Amino acid sequence: MTEAEQAALAARIARLNTAYAHAIDDDRLEDWPGFFAGDGIYRIVTRENHEAGLPLAIVHCDGAAMMRDRVRAMRSANIFEPHTYCHTIGPGEIAGTGDGGHTARTNFVVVRTMQSGAMSVFACGRYLDRIVEDGGALKFAERIVVCDSRSIDTLLVVPL
Amino acid sequence: MSTAPLWPDDDVSRVPYRVYTDPGLHAREQERIFRGPTWNFLCLEAEIPNPGDYRTSVIGDASIIVVRDRDGGVNALVNRCAHKGALVCYKPRGNVSEFTCVYHNWTYDLDGRLTGVAFRRGVRGEGGMEEAFEPDAHGLRRLRAAARNGLVFATFSDRAPDLETYIGPAMLAAMDRVFIKPVRVLGYHSQVLPNNWKLYAENTKDSYHATLLHVFHNTFGIVRFTMGGGIALSENGWHHLSFTERAADGSEREGAEAVRSLKEQYALEDPSLMEHRLELGDRITNSIQTIFPTLVVQQILNALAVRQLVPRGPEECELKWTVLGFEDDDEPLEALRLKVNNLVGPAGYVSMEDGCIGGFIETATRSAPEGRSFMRMGGTAVEPAGASRVTEAAVRGFWRAWRDCMAL
Repeated sequence: MTEAEQAALAARIARLNTAYAHAIDDDRLEDWPGFFAGDGIYRIVTRENHEAGLPLAIVHCDGAAMMRDRVRAMRSANIFEPHTYCHTIGPGEIAGTGDGGHTARTNFVVVRTMQSGAMSVFACGRYLDRIVEDGGALKFAERIVVCDSRSIDTLLVVPL
Repeated sequence: MSTAPLWPDDDVSRVPYRVYTDPGLHAREQERIFRGPTWNFLCLEAEIPNPGDYRTSVIGDASIIVVRDRDGGVNALVNRCAHKGALVCYKPRGNVSEFTCVYHNWTYDLDGRLTGVAFRRGVRGEGGMEEAFEPDAHGLRRLRAAARNGLVFATFSDRAPDLETYIGPAMLAAMDRVFIKPVRVLGYHSQVLPNNWKLYAENTKDSYHATLLHVFHNTFGIVRFTMGGGIALSENGWHHLSFTERAADGSEREGAEAVRSLKEQYALEDPSLMEHRLELGDRITNSIQTIFPTLVVQQILNALAVRQLVPRGPEECELKWTVLGFEDDDEPLEALRLKVNNLVGPAGYVSMEDGCIGGFIETATRSAPEGRSFMRMGGTAVEPAGASRVTEAAVRGFWRAWRDCMAL
């Protein structure tokens, strides 16, 4: 890859990350599964489990259908105090490109605001991504959300 | 703090709201429940397989070291140096040949016996510990510890009966049903809940709320009260089991081959997380068991876990999940467990509401310490009535246990 191609790729990945974060922050969650390849993987894990090689996830979606089910359950079934997220995402670091796509890491911080006005740092950590070309656009073949804290405050319903 | 009697009658169906906020009661619980005649779950034997393996856990507010001894036994030691009271183990897990307090290098063996005091004889004949010092009187406090089904428990109390008597035959049988072979830890979850620990303890014993709060059940058609099941209480009412089972329809195969999918019933686009491989020799789909005060043993389809409830002051608690499989799980079964675990944990389809509901009560009862709840589904008795899960009998059993311990 030439330097110009690398810069172009980095810009495209940055746009993907920004669009992803803004879809969640703006409560356009029905758009969220569309950032993934059809058989894409989405997992939220704790750093504790991740570093210990333990496979348990807080959210474990194999494929965009499971992600759409998550959104439907959140809209129609699950009960929780309304809240919003604000993502702040770092510049992505592209680790390499192989047959499975581009591997990248991006740090994130999510501030959660409750309806009472209470704000807290709900999660921070890193996205470990595998990104592929899919119909002319970049999509996540895999997004592992590694949360630094071993603990979740109250509950997690909106994807990170 | 109010000086009125907390609980002026014997009615455990009407709980005074003050129990969820009162710092004095929180302190009394430490003494009379957590350091009283109860057995408290600490961790799994599978987490400390080798001599010197330790992990830290808690009983109430007290930090506890659980360590595998050289002879294969498990010791539970209060994590507090006999010298200045510092934490001896400040990391959550590790492997050691002895314990060393980092502050002044006092050392203890795996039984908690004091084996070394730095500069005890001073330096060049000067300084050092007083002559009368008796190391044997200054060990780490060792608790009574016992394991059952690979679960390690301990008690501060000499008055507690042995562990198996404490749990009782009915609840032992329910534990035996789940822990049919050696387990493997698949990972941990933790949730910090904005409520008193007892609200979560009540919630796990409250089978009445299952299909009402957790609307996922109804929306996607998973558990209905019309399915088979029931409630069982321990002989003294302190512990409970609530379970749901599928009616036999003759179409199922039994055994390891019987990967049964219920997917046709559900309105999920990808219902694979609802698959259930029958593995415990029966048709029970959901089983929630509590051992007073703070242990929950969970089987939801193939999602197995133990949950430990940790009080953190009167108005906060932590829920620690240890999610399990069996050592001999094949790859598809482990994959299934990981997927089914979408139902439980901090983001669980059928458990996330349990994270916030206690906070709703904490918030609303804070202003009414003199108020009382009204939990008379199934009457006022601690015994379950028939097979119905539309009862609050097990919740009343929790309060029976709490009042027995608290002498209130």
